[in-house]
Amino acid sequence: MALKIIVCAKQVPDTNEVKIDPVKNTLIREGVPSILNHDDANALEEALKIKDQYPDTHITVVTMGPPQAKDLLIECMAMGADEGILLSDRALGGSDTWATSNAIAAAVNKIGDYDLIFAGRQAIDGDTAQVGPQVAEKLGLPQVTYVKEFSINGKEVTVKRALEDGYELIKIQLPCVLTAIKELNTPRYMSIGGIYDAVKADIKVWGAKELELDLNTVGLEASPTNVFRSFTPAPKGKGIMLDKDTVEENAHALLEMLQEKYIIA
Amino acid sequence: MAIQVINDKCRGCKLCVKACPFDAIDMVGKLAVINEKCTACAQCIAACPFDAIEQTTSDEGPVDLSAYKDVWVYTEQRAGKLMNVALELLGEGSKLANEIGDRKVCALLIGHETDHLIPELYAYGADVVYQIDDPLLKNYTTDGYAKVMTDAIREFKPEIVLFGATHIGRDLAPRVAARLDTGLTADCTRLDVNTGNYINYLNKYTTLDTSGMDPNSDDKNLKQTRPAFGGNIMATIICPKKRPQMSTVRPGVMSKLEKDPSRTGELIKVNHSLSKSDIRTEVVEVVKAAKELVSLTDAEIICSGGRGLGDPSGFELIKKLADTVGGVVGSSRAAVDAGWIDHSHQVGQTGTTVKPKIYFACGISGAIQHLAGMQTSDLIIAINKDPDAPIFEVADYGIVGDLYKVVPKIIEEWNRVKEEHNK
Repeated sequence: MALKIIVCAKQVPDTNEVKIDPVKNTLIREGVPSILNHDDANALEEALKIKDQYPDTHITVVTMGPPQAKDLLIECMAMGADEGILLSDRALGGSDTWATSNAIAAAVNKIGDYDLIFAGRQAIDGDTAQVGPQVAEKLGLPQVTYVKEFSINGKEVTVKRALEDGYELIKIQLPCVLTAIKELNTPRYMSIGGIYDAVKADIKVWGAKELELDLNTVGLEASPTNVFRSFTPAPKGKGIMLDKDTVEENAHALLEMLQEKYIIA
Repeated sequence: MAIQVINDKCRGCKLCVKACPFDAIDMVGKLAVINEKCTACAQCIAACPFDAIEQTTSDEGPVDLSAYKDVWVYTEQRAGKLMNVALELLGEGSKLANEIGDRKVCALLIGHETDHLIPELYAYGADVVYQIDDPLLKNYTTDGYAKVMTDAIREFKPEIVLFGATHIGRDLAPRVAARLDTGLTADCTRLDVNTGNYINYLNKYTTLDTSGMDPNSDDKNLKQTRPAFGGNIMATIICPKKRPQMSTVRPGVMSKLEKDPSRTGELIKVNHSLSKSDIRTEVVEVVKAAKELVSLTDAEIICSGGRGLGDPSGFELIKKLADTVGGVVGSSRAAVDAGWIDHSHQVGQTGTTVKPKIYFACGISGAIQHLAGMQTSDLIIAINKDPDAPIFEVADYGIVGDLYKVVPKIIEEWNRVKEEHNK
């Protein structure tokens, strides 16, 4: 079985590393590293597991972003992907999920020959979980989101789709779009040989022209949603630290205060 | 809308570079230049001391949006039971319909044999119920539900469509929005139509300067506010040129109306053209997890443990605290990642957002993702060894100390107070 898989991935700032300046109440961005988005790493890992089983499998990673997003493709190839394509163009900047999915769908159509598209459920910077389903819609493909277990038999894929209180067992035919969550697998590390090969690899960069995109369908101006305002929430007033000498006294003081506020009778 | 640097005014101070959450500003010599990472979030405008950055609006006139009326709520049901968030959204939808004026709040009920749910939808505020019923719609499928919903929206033209940000809402909404070529805003935590109410909110909860905004503005666009960037910033999103305006909304954030069983409304049965071949997935079975269900969103008191517990047995103490105070057990991501407790207990950006009356944080340092999911709790009590732990920044009451010593004493005191009260 020689499957052709496209993995959609995004380079994101590691939002775990972001802190708020307590004085100015603004984001401190300095020193925040860019990483491969977590759910996307799970999407790639699942594709790599298929390739482990069927070595003829070909994996193409597609990402959209600024020129430095090339690093992400190198990382994905060092993990074992065969090919990386970067969608990068000023004309794509500021795209919301609708416009982003137009660009990615155009890239998938340009690649043309594929059986399966894997994406992460959502990116940690935006948390929208919209691009995967919207790419599926633009391509007219069926989708399953929140995939936590995956198996494939010929053209038929069986997945478990996570629900809040359980799961759905779903069968779906190729080609289709699946979005991965972290329960799906544990992503592998880059290999030394993989890194060596990946940095020398030729990474394709496609702009709006190569993608033959209508400029009314991508970028900030074309996006149906716009940011109206953005802000950091006001910090809450400092609370009360209980610093009596003993644990007993502190616990007692806490309950007294809760009683004073009628929180407990 | 785009962000522009006014070159004459830029002094090259780089404050905007530091303020930008998206690394979207480069310095070219002594001039700030916006690059393609820009999302027009406008953080740089607030940061610039020289008024050298502006937001431009496109001069494209708005298309005729007046054909679109009413507020629709996708009242999600599973196995014949309405999701709690569906009722919350009817409450929020009523508020928005009032703010726009002369609008109805309508429930969109999709499924099979759902008649028994209609009185409940009226009781929680629906003026109209649009019902789409078919055996093919018994279980949720992306293809089936997206088709009938898109067709209904095209036929009846609602101005706003709200979904719960559940695993199903977040699967369905983007598909429908893409098919309608309209905008969708994910995971909203606040919605406003009235500009005055929005300004009041900003003034109360944020440091944003609102002096340039007109509280009497007749702007009737839906202002959709959501956390972004791992909860580090809030963004208000609008969809000014397309209709309907669509949002998914976090469960547990909006308020239901008081249930009024005497309320009634209009039922509209919607015809559809769904056939079996439209549905390209086969739902083999829907399995409810056998594990204990924790409804963090409904809990009035939550007792959470984190990495500071040291090992999984620490959750026995947390459970004891929860049993004493009548709460449920929550956890930080660190404790879930360590394998000490199931993901369903996780509070935070990637877990559940909670707003209980009391939140106990035991051995939780307070990573920003965790804070994002619990900091709007009415009262936060934090117990941690480290006096510098960020959790104390949001706590109303903090105790520095070993939780294994402090928590048993709190349990003891709580029981004592209860006993005294019962005497």
